Amino acid sequence: MKISLNWLKQYVPVDIPATELADRLTMAGMEVEGVTERFQYLDSVVVGKIIEVSPHPNADKLRLCQVSIGEQIISVVCGAPNAKAGMTVPCALPGAVLPNGLAVKKSTIRGEASAGMLCSETELELGLDTSGLMVLSDDLDEGVSLNTALNLSDTVLEIDLTPNRPDCLSLIGIAREVSTMVNQPVSLPEIKLPEASGQITDLTSVTINNTDLCPRYTARLITDITVGPSPFWLQDRLLSIGLKPINNIVDITNFVMMEQGQPLHAFDFDRLAENRIVVRTAHDKEVFTTLDGKERLLSDNTLMICDGEKPVAVGGVMGGMNSEIEKTTTRVLLESAYFNPISIRKTAKYLTLNTDATHRFERGVDPDGTVTALNRAAQLIAEIGNGQLVDGIIDEHPLPSIANAISLSIARTNQHLGTSLNQTQISDYLQSVEFQVEIKDEDTLSVLAPSFRVDVSRPEDLMEEIARLWGYNNIKTTFPKISGVTNLPNQSSQIKDQIKNVMTGYGFSESITYSFIGKDACDRLNLAENDERRKMLNILNPISEDQSVMRTSLAPGLLEAMHRNLSHQIKNLQFFELGKVFISNGQAQQPTEMEMLAGLWTGVRSDVTWHSKPVSCDFYDLKGVLEDFFHYFKMDQIIFSKMDAELCSYTKAGHTAQILINGKPFGLIGEIIPDVLNNFSIKQPAFIFEINVNTFIANLPETKMFVPIPKFPFTDRDITLIVDNDVQAGDILDKVRFFEEKLMEDICVLDVYSGKPIPVGKKSISLRIIYRSYTETLSDRQVNLVHQQLTDRIIQKFDATLPV
Amino acid sequence: MENRIEQIKAEALESVAEAADIEQIKSLSVKYLGRKGLVTLFLRNISQLPVNERPEAGKQANITKKKLESAFEKAIADFEAKTKDDGFKAIDISLPGRPSSAGTLHPITHITRRICSIFSRMGFDIAEGPEIETDYYNFEALNIPKNHPARDMQDTFYVSDNIVLRTHTSPIQVHIMEQNAPPIRIVAPGKVYRCDSDLTHTPMFNQVEGLLVDEHVSFGDLKGVLEAFVHEIFDEQISLRFRPSFFPFTEPSAEVDILCVMCRGKGCKVCSNTGWLEVLGCGMVHPAVFENAGYDTTRYSGFAFGMGVERLAMLKYGINDLRMFFESDYRFLRQF
Repeated sequence: MKISLNWLKQYVPVDIPATELADRLTMAGMEVEGVTERFQYLDSVVVGKIIEVSPHPNADKLRLCQVSIGEQIISVVCGAPNAKAGMTVPCALPGAVLPNGLAVKKSTIRGEASAGMLCSETELELGLDTSGLMVLSDDLDEGVSLNTALNLSDTVLEIDLTPNRPDCLSLIGIAREVSTMVNQPVSLPEIKLPEASGQITDLTSVTINNTDLCPRYTARLITDITVGPSPFWLQDRLLSIGLKPINNIVDITNFVMMEQGQPLHAFDFDRLAENRIVVRTAHDKEVFTTLDGKERLLSDNTLMICDGEKPVAVGGVMGGMNSEIEKTTTRVLLESAYFNPISIRKTAKYLTLNTDATHRFERGVDPDGTVTALNRAAQLIAEIGNGQLVDGIIDEHPLPSIANAISLSIARTNQHLGTSLNQTQISDYLQSVEFQVEIKDEDTLSVLAPSFRVDVSRPEDLMEEIARLWGYNNIKTTFPKISGVTNLPNQSSQIKDQIKNVMTGYGFSESITYSFIGKDACDRLNLAENDERRKMLNILNPISEDQSVMRTSLAPGLLEAMHRNLSHQIKNLQFFELGKVFISNGQAQQPTEMEMLAGLWTGVRSDVTWHSKPVSCDFYDLKGVLEDFFHYFKMDQIIFSKMDAELCSYTKAGHTAQILINGKPFGLIGEIIPDVLNNFSIKQPAFIFEINVNTFIANLPETKMFVPIPKFPFTDRDITLIVDNDVQAGDILDKVRFFEEKLMEDICVLDVYSGKPIPVGKKSISLRIIYRSYTETLSDRQVNLVHQQLTDRIIQKFDATLPV
Repeated sequence: MENRIEQIKAEALESVAEAADIEQIKSLSVKYLGRKGLVTLFLRNISQLPVNERPEAGKQANITKKKLESAFEKAIADFEAKTKDDGFKAIDISLPGRPSSAGTLHPITHITRRICSIFSRMGFDIAEGPEIETDYYNFEALNIPKNHPARDMQDTFYVSDNIVLRTHTSPIQVHIMEQNAPPIRIVAPGKVYRCDSDLTHTPMFNQVEGLLVDEHVSFGDLKGVLEAFVHEIFDEQISLRFRPSFFPFTEPSAEVDILCVMCRGKGCKVCSNTGWLEVLGCGMVHPAVFENAGYDTTRYSGFAFGMGVERLAMLKYGINDLRMFFESDYRFLRQF
């Protein structure tokens, strides 16, 4: 909200600099976001004296003026009929931007150079005369900027009000706050109703059908008015806070709303059927044209102001075209009402129509301010519109507001705030912001909030007032007592931290991508129709199509990230992300949230250096990372098993492993298939893994016990087997381990080879087996015996042969 | 013949003196003392000398052999010592090492950890909660009823009437209070979502929430804890102020501003010429929130606070574009 300092000064003297006022308001909870000088645009408009006027050679209506602007004389093309030599006028110089947005610059008009622009009052928002140049007093110094010459200055504060302070959505509201800061009383405008005639109740009536939605409706009638432009002072007030003047009647309702905080509405009384008002809800699907010319589809929850036949306004939101004030209007019914904030808010949302009125009504206007505002506006309309006030007021008030006293304990207040204020101080603070305070006993105050403070209902609300007025920064800092109770640390967050650290150790950098992705993500990943990851949760109001569903896999985010980096010529990437995916349980339910870890590797394993040539990364690079990752977390029960082709979606069949823990799959690793790469406009191979971190954490082993370091040396034996091509090396290792040969400590693959001289359809696998005893040094004879037995079992199990 | 062995000796010693490295000395050793070396051959050929010359020649040859042996040994030792001393035949240590590159953590992770670690040391535990919430946890339980203007403070992503992407980490407060009796001390980091996307807003961002509930907790305590936090995460000297504000779930509510770290309060673009930067929202837990959680409001009081991680990260690292956090540009990520 904008506040003009000049206007504010009508209600409270402000004798501190604007910046200090801004600072104090901010520190009182009314954050000032901007401090601007309203007349800054006059910096480049100077006092000029017309020396000479001559006809424009190429245009009848234009003339050439020689204008003295102090040290120099400039030539200006001017169309104003009243321009004549000797006149003192405002001259906008190049660089000036006038209130209507016009940027003045050096130009050539019909072949004649013009080095500025002579201005009228309206062009400068300094008056209403549009007929010609603004005439300035001759004793002003030429060349002086107009704001200095005319002593024009107004500071405009832009205040960002929190929703709990609707009472500050007005000049008087802010004046009240300022008054406590500068310790000066607020002077409210004196309302003197003009002499009235007739009797309003003879002419009209108000019926409220929905008293819960409209607890109070007041009205006055003014006749014989003349609709026309507002006087300059009124237009100036509105312009100073960024409102556009329309006509005197509408301007007055806006002026009073900005002054008092109470939205008002003026109806053309003669356009109201049966000359009466009925407040009721709309019929469902009823159509109504609001003042902005838009047709609105109403619901049966929408509160309407109607005449004897039809709706004439959306109550508290916007008036209707059918009862708008027009040039010919002579009789005005003025409305000042209190509407149910929730109802207004619902309607504003339903119609997506937010106005200055809804902004105030939905936050809560002063329930006792209705009549004051009505009278203030009635007086101004009668005065400015030259109207005749009809005697009497209609005040339908079926549901009066009841103010409840709040009991406040001094001790509790001090305890809660960490202050040591006494009863008098607290009482004084509250009274300074118009709270009524009654002392009940040594510790207790009974406090009645002013009607405009709709935000105050509990002792804590009063404590906030006290803290605010005492000053948050005057409250002494203390430290809470340390309680002896400690809880177990959050294991899951600790492990996630550890996971991230370990991943960086493998050379992966952490990426965080958006949790929402495009609806087409599942198709882009080639997911099967029945894939669990197709259960995506839709966002009803997404920012864009490509962020419209919650992700069910981390893969799309990483592939997008890869694509973006490739386009920046970064081709070697090792990314990981740890974050949630969301599997829908239907839109009306919370989804199942699963924490996932995904890693993506593309480009080289090692880049070109003076040590080596570049080597592309492959499946085994990524698998090696994962194997060691699980090893790091002491998870020995992990199995990588070949993923069935029909289960593979975005990874290549035959190049994908399922990762199992205790026989349960919880992740996969593989090479992305070209189709999917293509869907992400990627043209180089990439390898990915994705595991469920929840499952991972749930299966973490208990603390693993220490194993004594062996005292006796090991002996190793190598063996080369020739097996069928489709025998998986991992199977051999698993089976051999399964033999549980006590003396075998470890087994590893040394080499895999196919080609000559190995027969077609076969391959050779060389294994190294480590033997060790924990109780003695093994003799060659012992090792040979065990090795021979083990070899025989393997040969038998896998139908293997030894090389010739 | 004596002359011959003397000649060999002189020649050998001269060569040793001129040798450039250990390898040359080793080959000299072979040349003179090897199986076919000059001294060895000389010795082998003594039998062909006249008998009377043999003893002397043998004696001289053996002396020469010993002399040369020790000369070679000494020369090698000298070279070895020399190599140790002045790096002779050193490697080019200026060549880059064999690459072994660690990855990096996201700046959000760095800052979140820093925040959490400061509060952990003040006795706060880490808590977590769902990212997709019911209306009750995200709003109602936090004293933000339906159709309350306070709902406009956060642009909400809806999944259905009753299900929202959490707009703040504050629902975690409610979960924690439902599951635990006081005293409570938690900080809860996490992603939050708001339907807002421009230069200064991303639809997803990160917050850290804090909650402390106990008997006799005061606004002064809130100030104490947050002041300690701000001083630790920025610096000991930084000025901060508590400014009245409004959050539906706290009363009194405050924003914590720090003196602008860019302009030191003079006013600049970063602080919109105010000289101050908003870094935290906080307040005393609203009694309605306690009532919803079933806490005895006459016995317990507490404070809650929340902060945006991106904002702190931007200030700490001097990052000027919020959107960079979620673009996964390697050139960005690798800097942290």
